Amino acid sequence: MKNLDSVFAAYAAGWAIFFAYYLTVARRTAALREDIEHLKDLLKRSK
Amino acid sequence: MMKHALGGALVVVLLVAAAYAAFFVAPTDVKQGLIYRILFLHVPSAWTGLVAFFVCFIANLLYVWRRAPRWDWLGISAAEVGLAFTTVVLVTGPIWAHPVWGIWWTWDARLTSTFVLWLLYVSYLVLRTLVEEPDRRALFSALFGIFAFIDVPLVFGSIRWWRTQHPQPVIMGEPGSGLDPTMRKVLFFSWLAMLGLMTLLLKARYRVEAMRGELETIRREAEVL
Repeated sequence: MKNLDSVFAAYAAGWAIFFAYYLTVARRTAALREDIEHLKDLLKRSK
Repeated sequence: MMKHALGGALVVVLLVAAAYAAFFVAPTDVKQGLIYRILFLHVPSAWTGLVAFFVCFIANLLYVWRRAPRWDWLGISAAEVGLAFTTVVLVTGPIWAHPVWGIWWTWDARLTSTFVLWLLYVSYLVLRTLVEEPDRRALFSALFGIFAFIDVPLVFGSIRWWRTQHPQPVIMGEPGSGLDPTMRKVLFFSWLAMLGLMTLLLKARYRVEAMRGELETIRREAEVL
């Protein structure tokens, strides 16, 4: 089981990067959805 | 929505199956032992990153030709996703190299060209923050993206054209090079899983750009009123 720690570190780091990236995309999507809804709401009221 | 969730679930199943195959199906390498199993994350991530940069390149060319915003959206999305995969390559490579080579990093042709590739696409993203006017920003970044892609063939060819610390190619290499058939199958299966992940991330990232476009349209409409 030599180097098991390195294999574990590589997979953990790799998956952490993918997961962190997915989270940033999901956050940006949520923020934009909120902005769009807010603006649409404002437009409706002003019409 | 249902289709989206199904696609995500399929990719997760593929990734779990690929990880299982990497640890329990592929035989242990006689020379390197357990550490070589990093190959099944490192190499598919590298190939997938190059595929994403190729998608970016095509989108950049199409933007210059057609000037349609959707090609700009695809370009930025593919550049970002390609960067995520290349970051995984640059992180997992040294973790693998240290026990095998005795060093974390060396400035050989493959490692250097990959690092330059990463820097080029980081610059692509930075460039976009420097230009405010959307059409100019899209055109400048498309032109820069076309230039940045020049490094992709260099990354591919670096271990074929020059002597490197990095191992010679195990796929499409010289006669006599290659992998054990089971390792090869696991490697291609892992790549398939990574391509699934790339598609998922690309679609999610593209949606962000499409929503930005929609937001801009609503803002313009609000300004008119």
